[in-house]
Amino acid sequence: MTLEKTSQFVARRSPGADGERIITLAALAVGGQGGGVLTNWITAVAEANGYNAQSTSVAGVAQRTGATIYYLEMCRDTGRKPVFALSPTEGDVDILVAAELMEAGRAITRGFVIPSRTTVIASTHRIPAVNEKTAPGDGRVDGTAVLEAMGIAADHVVAFDMETVAKEEGSVISSSLLGALAGSGALPFPRESYEDVIKASGRGVSASIRAFNRAYDCATGKEVAPQPQPVSNPTPKLSVPKKLKSQWLALQKRVSDLPEPAQEMVTLGLKKVADYQDIVYGAEYLDRLEQVVCLDFAPYRLTQQAAKYVSRAMCYDDILRVADLKTRGTRMERVRDEVAVNDDQVLMLTEYFHPRFEEFVTTLPKALGRWLSRNRRFEAFYTHHFDKGRRIRTDQLSGFLALYLVSAMRPWRRKLLRHESEMAHVDAWFNKSLEVARHDHALACELLANYRLIKGYSDTHVRGLSKFARVMGALDMLQGRPDAADWMCRLREAALSDENGDALNGALKTVLSFTQMEAA
Amino acid sequence: MAERSFAREVEKLRLGEGETFSGEGILAITKALLENGVGYVGGYQGSPISHLMDVLADAQSILGELGVHFEASASEATATAMLAASVHYPIRGAVTYKSVVGTNVASDALSNLASGGVTGGSLIIVGEDYGEGSSIMQERTYAFAMKSQVWMLDPRPNLPSIVQSVGQGFELSEASNTPVMLQVRIRSCHVHGHFTASNNKRPNMSVSEALENPKRDLNRIVLPPATYLHEDEKLTKRWPAAEKYILENNLNEEFGDPAGKVGLIIQGGNYNTVIRALNRLELANIYGDTDVHILCLNAVYPLCESQILSFSEGKDAIFVIEEGQPNFMEQSIGHMLYKNGSKTKLEGKGMLPLGGELTGQVVLDGLASFFKAHVPGLLPASKGAHNEPELKMPDLSKILPPRPPGFCTGCPERPIFAATKLVEQELGKHHIASDIGCHLFSIMPPFDLGATTMGYGLGPASASAFHNENKDGRKSISFVGDGGFWHNGVASSIGNAVFNKNDGVIVIVDNYYSAATGGQDILSSRANNKTKQTQNSITKAVQGMGVKWVRQLDRTYDVTKMRDTLKEALSSQEEGPKVIVASSECMLNKQRRVKPQLAKDVKEGRRVERPRFGVDEDVCTGDHACMRLSGCPSLSVKDTGDPLRDDPVAAIDQTCVGCGNCGEVADAAVLCPSFYEARVVSNPTGAERRRANRANKIMSWLQKRRYAQQVVLS
Repeated sequence: MTLEKTSQFVARRSPGADGERIITLAALAVGGQGGGVLTNWITAVAEANGYNAQSTSVAGVAQRTGATIYYLEMCRDTGRKPVFALSPTEGDVDILVAAELMEAGRAITRGFVIPSRTTVIASTHRIPAVNEKTAPGDGRVDGTAVLEAMGIAADHVVAFDMETVAKEEGSVISSSLLGALAGSGALPFPRESYEDVIKASGRGVSASIRAFNRAYDCATGKEVAPQPQPVSNPTPKLSVPKKLKSQWLALQKRVSDLPEPAQEMVTLGLKKVADYQDIVYGAEYLDRLEQVVCLDFAPYRLTQQAAKYVSRAMCYDDILRVADLKTRGTRMERVRDEVAVNDDQVLMLTEYFHPRFEEFVTTLPKALGRWLSRNRRFEAFYTHHFDKGRRIRTDQLSGFLALYLVSAMRPWRRKLLRHESEMAHVDAWFNKSLEVARHDHALACELLANYRLIKGYSDTHVRGLSKFARVMGALDMLQGRPDAADWMCRLREAALSDENGDALNGALKTVLSFTQMEAA
Repeated sequence: MAERSFAREVEKLRLGEGETFSGEGILAITKALLENGVGYVGGYQGSPISHLMDVLADAQSILGELGVHFEASASEATATAMLAASVHYPIRGAVTYKSVVGTNVASDALSNLASGGVTGGSLIIVGEDYGEGSSIMQERTYAFAMKSQVWMLDPRPNLPSIVQSVGQGFELSEASNTPVMLQVRIRSCHVHGHFTASNNKRPNMSVSEALENPKRDLNRIVLPPATYLHEDEKLTKRWPAAEKYILENNLNEEFGDPAGKVGLIIQGGNYNTVIRALNRLELANIYGDTDVHILCLNAVYPLCESQILSFSEGKDAIFVIEEGQPNFMEQSIGHMLYKNGSKTKLEGKGMLPLGGELTGQVVLDGLASFFKAHVPGLLPASKGAHNEPELKMPDLSKILPPRPPGFCTGCPERPIFAATKLVEQELGKHHIASDIGCHLFSIMPPFDLGATTMGYGLGPASASAFHNENKDGRKSISFVGDGGFWHNGVASSIGNAVFNKNDGVIVIVDNYYSAATGGQDILSSRANNKTKQTQNSITKAVQGMGVKWVRQLDRTYDVTKMRDTLKEALSSQEEGPKVIVASSECMLNKQRRVKPQLAKDVKEGRRVERPRFGVDEDVCTGDHACMRLSGCPSLSVKDTGDPLRDDPVAAIDQTCVGCGNCGEVADAAVLCPSFYEARVVSNPTGAERRRANRANKIMSWLQKRRYAQQVVLS
């Protein structure tokens, strides 16, 4: 890409008679990140070092969430006041500070970053924008291209996760940005003068100084910057009561008989399923997988896909499951950890439930549930009296016990209406996948992955089911085509890209049109 | 006043002769008003001039000592009408507002004020919100100056120049009996700089003294036949007097070599941008020394014909550097040159784009084209062509996510629009009219609600044409904030709907402040304000206007109730507007108020609850339905690290203020049971602690019991 607007004219600033030159600095931040504080600090540092400095900002939306630009110019004081510009110009920015990775990207596309001129100080962490958060799937964009572009467009790059540095030191990103700026050497000011300014600011000084120092050292290479950690999910431990040990060992034996490449995923799935229901349920899970293995070959992708999605399909989210998860000891610990409760504090915990008629009747034994679900008068009665949000205090015994008792229904889960319908659904999907696997292995892999579409509760769940049905429905059109797997994957991605399934409808239309064309 | 203290800024207003003032441009103007013996100040808040209002509101002690009256005007029209105090009395008055939106509202008063003219210096400080980063429609205030014939100053954007222009503005106004606009752009308002202060001055006459000695001059009153006299006076007396003052006092500055064959005529406000461009073209040094002849107009209206002509005399070409469209100045200058038979070539638009801000690059390109066309030898050879290397980079334009402004963390308006979205999901789309204020962010994702915005307080008015012949048919929904309601909405929107029996649904978003402009108090604010009468009920006002169907909601976070009330309003058979007053305090201001207090309470051993929300990541299925009804900055996505899962789950970070929206939305929309509210109690009571210990013991016994019977992942 070339810069969006390259000037027709080469135009670099010329220095003053005494060699003094104007240094320009633009800071791009997301509203609420403290860009104003950073600007004030830099101004103060410059002035303390005998520089004339001027800062401007477009405030207003700064306290909200939009992208915001702050701009500074400074010049060694020679007794005359330089004429400072009030906003950054393409190709005329010496130092570009970006408090978030995509904002650094935005600065590049706006032409603020120029080779042989611009030092980029960028925090590489991400703050997802609204449209990245609202996609039903994973709407987050990949920042690698921005990092790559930064390397090409900038003269000098100091980029690391300054948010983490700040957080770990109990401070906010303005401190670590200032540290990285100081450490980059882009400004001709000694380190102490930055520290003095922070000290004079009066609030949270020691944490700010710590974050400043660490970022400074990261920028100079003295310290290794925090690396992006793959989210560690320590392989969950399964606690198996003594009396169940032998049964569990038998299951583990069955896993070890499976092809090696699939074992890891199968073990994870097996643990999940056994934790969800019981050991017998785990055996049922393995029954299914053993059927898949017969149709699979190295590198056993089909088995891995099945291990992942069958476990998810079998662990459907019903009231029992939620009640179980919410009453676990590990969960309580995690919550206490997350909201930082000290020993001398007490935690009040409220859960938000809203079981509708559908959830209620499907949690009943099959026959009763089926009968009541057809009973309009009962439905009206339920809706009138019970269909409302429930706040359950799980820090109190009453609320905890209510959920604990619901979760204690687990041994009877197989007899409940919900289980029947879920298993019918799972069987249909699973058998179809096996059937397809006999002649189109890749397509079967995609069919298994389609279970990703089913998620959420109540209406969201219904919407997921409908998308799943529509994507699976395209099978008849696609089967037999060499690119069937590819298209199946595209349909799923489309279904995950928006809430209403508009993209999916479009994709389905495309599939329909080319199959019709080929038929004609 | 707002939940923010401006004590430090107020101290700067006390600086005396010779001391150095250091701070933002708009605060420098505030100080300059006091140095110039202003007698009264009014205005309506809005970026970029809110700071002036905020600081003066906190500066009662200084104002009292000097005998200066300050008030937060109800609207820009009120503010401008306030300048009537300078019509008969020699009192200097100043008002301020955001332009052009404020000037639009002020127009009626402005015309009347300009017609009769003033005795005391009258200054209107307009925050020109034009160009990059602007939050309003793109128009220029210049047109108002021309049509009402009030003068306009546009000083160079540095603190000494801006401060000097305040004094000059008052003098110009007095010399020509005409109100004067002082235009400052967003960045000059927020520019940080220094100037040497003078002592504050008491006004020559205070408003109290004027009240005690009433005066009246029939010729100054806007009524025929005096109005004909005014028109003649504007043209034959006030205009020449203004030109005389501008020329004699050198308001406009010349730079560079007068012998140059080309010249630039620029607005003072763009001076720095022009100098920077010249510097980059090696035609000026960093201090602005240049050989290029420049006429810098710090007084942009009126243009002094004699000055323009003498500047252009003997030049091959002049270049008018003026932003936006229409190019009023360029047209006038062209007209002057043509009528006087000048041979000088006039350049302007064409070399500059028709619209948009004069950014550094735009001016640089314009100047380079101008010099190339008219003084080919002037530019150094190296500047003549593009020789920057082309960069081969990944195309970022497709991956960069837009980042529109949205509601703050914990904003009480979010649940109102979540409820509206739920209503639309149930009943279908409606025509929704929006208004000005934070609530306008509903237009943006994730809510995507609202079709038009027609002006402050005009949301419901802009839905007034939508009269459904079918009584059971769809109704319009319109929004108006508490700020807009009191500014103009009471009559223009509510009164209009009542009088015309409009059946639409009107939601008044009441967050206790004029929040979008910085959290100033308004009539319905809940705070006690020493100098203002607050706590005036919106509901009562609405009822007073004749609305019969009114619902007051005191907790907007109750999404279910909000949704049900909207549905009730949409299905009501009652004639006339259905008004819902949805009230909850602006979270930004609430946090400013509450946070320090809570911290103090914790420290002093009092019981304090700190609410926060969280998500159980193993219950969350990663569908993000909650985010499509929220957009809260503290609610985001995170990876689980679980190889069995594909999609990131919802997560709430430390910045959560526990407003409750997440839980309420999950409940109202029946989304999922993943959310929990955690209240951390500091300094709990003894009984509370014992109860918690007991409960914890029993719970862990039950949990252990389960471990003994089942396989459990941990």
